[in-house]
Formats: sequence, structure tokens, C-alpha cells
Amino acid sequence: MTPLVDTLRLTAEEALGLVERREVSPGELHAAYLEAIGERDGELHAYLRTAEISDGASIPIALKDVISTKGVETTAGSRILESYVPVFDATVAARCKAAGLTLLGKTNTDEFAMGSSTENSAWGPSRNPWDPERVPGGSGGGTSAAVSAGLAPWGLGSDTGGSIKQPSALCGNVGLRPTYGSVSRYGVVAFASSLDQIGPVAKTVRDVALLYSIIAGRDASDSTTVELPEPVALPETDRLDGLRIAVPTQLESLDAIEPGVRAAFELTLGLARELGAEVGECDLPTSYRYGMPCYYLIAPAEASSNLARYDGVRYGPRADAPTYDEMVERTRDDGFGPEPKRRIMLGTYALSAGYYDAFYGQAQKVRTLLIREHREALERFDVIATPTSPTVAFPVGDKAADPLAMYACDLLTIPSCLAGLPGLSIPCGLSDGLPVGLQLLGPQFGENLLFRTGHALEQAIGFDTVPVRWREGSDPLGLTPADDEGSDPTGLTPEDTP
Amino acid sequence: MLHVARLARLALADDEVERLTDELAAILDAVGIVAELDLAAVPPTSHPLDVVNVWDDDEPRESLSLDDVFANAPARDGDLFRVPPTV
Repeated sequence: MTPLVDTLRLTAEEALGLVERREVSPGELHAAYLEAIGERDGELHAYLRTAEISDGASIPIALKDVISTKGVETTAGSRILESYVPVFDATVAARCKAAGLTLLGKTNTDEFAMGSSTENSAWGPSRNPWDPERVPGGSGGGTSAAVSAGLAPWGLGSDTGGSIKQPSALCGNVGLRPTYGSVSRYGVVAFASSLDQIGPVAKTVRDVALLYSIIAGRDASDSTTVELPEPVALPETDRLDGLRIAVPTQLESLDAIEPGVRAAFELTLGLARELGAEVGECDLPTSYRYGMPCYYLIAPAEASSNLARYDGVRYGPRADAPTYDEMVERTRDDGFGPEPKRRIMLGTYALSAGYYDAFYGQAQKVRTLLIREHREALERFDVIATPTSPTVAFPVGDKAADPLAMYACDLLTIPSCLAGLPGLSIPCGLSDGLPVGLQLLGPQFGENLLFRTGHALEQAIGFDTVPVRWREGSDPLGLTPADDEGSDPTGLTPEDTP
Repeated sequence: MLHVARLARLALADDEVERLTDELAAILDAVGIVAELDLAAVPPTSHPLDVVNVWDDDEPRESLSLDDVFANAPARDGDLFRVPPTV
């Protein structure tokens, strides 16, 4: 009899176990995820398209639609790349393939990864599995929603100012923005090249570490990549003895942080102390006042340059026009949605003669300050902890008409991105029934430290990654004990299936 | 606004120009606070890693076939991308 696989609760590590023990074939597992997508993605719209089942000896994966996949349409959530079918794989897609992972499909994203809710996708927003009236975060809301809803065991996103960490927080899963330079950007649709990084999203820290080990390391096709100074180590320990955790003093006066988010964060710091960590205070005076302004000068400036390539000549749709110049201008006007246009205009202005020094040049100097103050904090402490997002998932449409309100979603994730530091978001509790994320920041190439810290906290927190509405028994606190009889990690009990 | 749109090669409609003028004014107000800081003595950062130039050996490698290069082209003319007249 064919085993029934309930994908909702299944972690990537458990899925790998099923395949290795030959309890399920890679094809059967892939088919189980496609079935789950068929059941639940009509409501969520996590996927823009699914791929045909490919040969692979391992488990499936979802890739954000900014990652080029040979033979599978890749649009970056934009009409200007409608029907674009890459003729080569991005390095990260190739590495997944080489590891035997099969492509489930391409996940929704804000257009060119510009946004914090997926509402800027030209193909319509994704929905949060915990409450479909709310956004999954962005720009990688599709990948996070897919993982949270059991529509993929894991996936890859891209993060420029928070596009992996923020949706992971809002959907209750684990997301890593790696150290800049540790993962190849070759074949990934460029947004802001000095900030863009590819990273994993999954249900557990160990899954994230495992996927990171598959994609990380030097790639000759991306000259900004380097070899990792130490191999990726899957975390084992459940203690934090001697670990020094810093909390920025500035958090206290940030009104944007919701009380429920603050409460979950404080509870988690208490757990860290119980596990043996010391929790102290650090000072990041520039980060939360000037980080967001600095980011919204540098990222749009780089975007305006990167997006100059969409000119209707080599790929993408082309507008009819009698001359070349008109063709380019109309193609770009038709193809780009409101947010890319806003950022192209802002970036072009910030780079234009007479304004360069006051805006872009000044922002690059602020970036130096951000690097310095993070470095000083990390000389005294091992990791910095903050909430990932100041709020839980907000209703669809709430911030869509106010660009500055949307930009403020990334208040807490942006500074470390500018500083080139890795950040891990793990779920740390619920507020009003919606997930809250904990952000852990470490030194450059400190991923193993973040994995150990995140894993130990994850065990202590015991967060149930399955959205409350899909659990059999209600568990409003989201704090299911590890030995809960009702949980069935392998999902192999036939009577549990509908 | 129209000058910037020309630099960005965007043929914006009139209502878009109006909307963007308001939105960009508000955004520039918010991001312009970076001017408060005296940073004359601070060097700019263009790259977060302390890396220097990476050089590759100058050896021929396999590249995309011409059919692959043109696979997504809106208009192909032999081994060229066809575009409307430039003058």
C-alpha cells in the first residue's frame, strides 16, 4: 500500500529520512506536495507556477521567482519578464539540482523583490496561511507561505533588506539571510547588487542549515562570492551556556514595535537566560534612525541601474513604437508596475548630477557608520537579538497605498543587511494568534553560531509551525510540547488523513 | 520629474507623473534626514566585504549557443536583435 504523506507537518529532514529509508520514493513525495498545492494554494497563491516532475533522487524544493530555472518561466513577479524562459540555471538552482532536489515550482514575490507583502506582484498577492485575510510578508511571501502551509518542505528566497527574514517571521517559519558573499547571485534577477543575498526558508533551524550547506560557497560566476571559512555544522546542542546576547537599547523607544511582539520577544530572552545565556545591552544609535533612509537611497539607486537592462531588445515583451527610443520608454512604462517605477525614479534622482553627493554619497557614508556600530556591539557580544518585524502579519490592503508605511516594515531587518551581516529569523511565539519572529544577528560568516543559538532556542520555545486553523486540537499559545501525542511528524498514520 | 523620467527612460502618463511627484516628495523628505549627519570624515562603503579584485584566467570557455541567446528575443534577424529605427 502506498504510504500517505501528510506534508503539513513534515520537515525537510524528516522528508529526507522517508526517502533514505525508502518508505517513500522521491516521485511519490513530490506528488504528495503537488496534491497539497492543489488543495491549499487556490486560497494562498504561494506559487506562480508549478514545474513538471523532474528526475531527482531526493526531496522537492520551491524557488522564489527571481531565481532563473532553465526551461521554467521566471518573471520576478513582473510583466516586463512575462513569458521569459531562462536558458540556463542560476548557480543556486544548479546546486539544488546537483543535490538531487526536484523543483516543485516558482513562488510569488513582490515585483523585482521590491516590497514587504507580495502585494506588489504583477500576478496578485499571496495570502498568509495563518489568516488568509492577511499578507504573508514580502518580498518572499510566496516561499514562506508555501513552507508554512506544507506546500514545500523548504525553499529559497532572496533578501535585500528583509525579504527572507520578514516573511519568515510573519508566516512562522525559519529564514536565513546569509552573510553577503557566501551564496552566489549568478542567474538571480538583480535588485540592489551590494545588498542582494539568496537564502533558505524551512520549518526548522537544522533544515535551514542543511539547505545553506547545499547552496553556499565560492562560485566562479559571481566574483563577490568567497569560500566559507568553516564548513556548515548542523546544530545539535540545546544549551546556550556562556553565550552573550545583546539587545539594542534603542528598541525600547521604538513605538512601531507592537506590544504583543515585544511580549513574545521578552519571553524568549527569558528562555535564553534559562539556557545559560547572558543577556546585555548594546547601542546601535544610527541603525534605527538612519538605517531605513540609508537603505531607501542605496537600494533604489542600485535598482535604477540594474533595471536599465529591461529595454525590450533581448527578452521580455516589447511595445510597438516607430523609433527605438520610444519603444524602450513605452516598453518600460508598460512593463514595470508602480513600485519599481517609484524606485527607479527615486534612484535615478539620487544618482543624478547635483544630487549624488547629498543623497547617494551621504547614504554610503551612513553605511560605514552602521558597519562600525554593529562591529563594536559584536566585539562585546556574540549575537544581537531583536524582533524580526515590528508587527505581526497585517491585513491585505492595509499599507498598499502608503509606500512609506510599507517601507517601515523593514525597520529592524535593514541595518544588518547594510552592514553585510547574517541574520536568522525563528518563530518565537504568537500574538493575537499570529506568529512573531525573533531576529538573531551575528558577525560575518557567523552562520554556525546563529544555527546553534537558533536551534537551542527553537527547542526551548517549542513553536508549532502548523497554522492554528489546520491543527486538529486548538492550541492558542502555539507552544506545543515536543512530546505532544497529537503531533505526527512523519504524517504516516493513515487514520490522521482526511 | 520629467527630466528624471527621461534619464530613467520611462514614458510616464500624466496621471503617473502627478502621483509620483507627490510620493517622491514624501519619500525624499523621509530619506533626506541623512543630511543631518556630519560625515565629512567618514569614508563611503560600496561593498560590505573586505575583498579585492578577483581575476580569472583568460581562457575560452563554453558559452550559450546563438539559438539560446535569441530564445527570448522579441525580434531576431539572423544573428542580430532587430529593433525599430534608431534615428
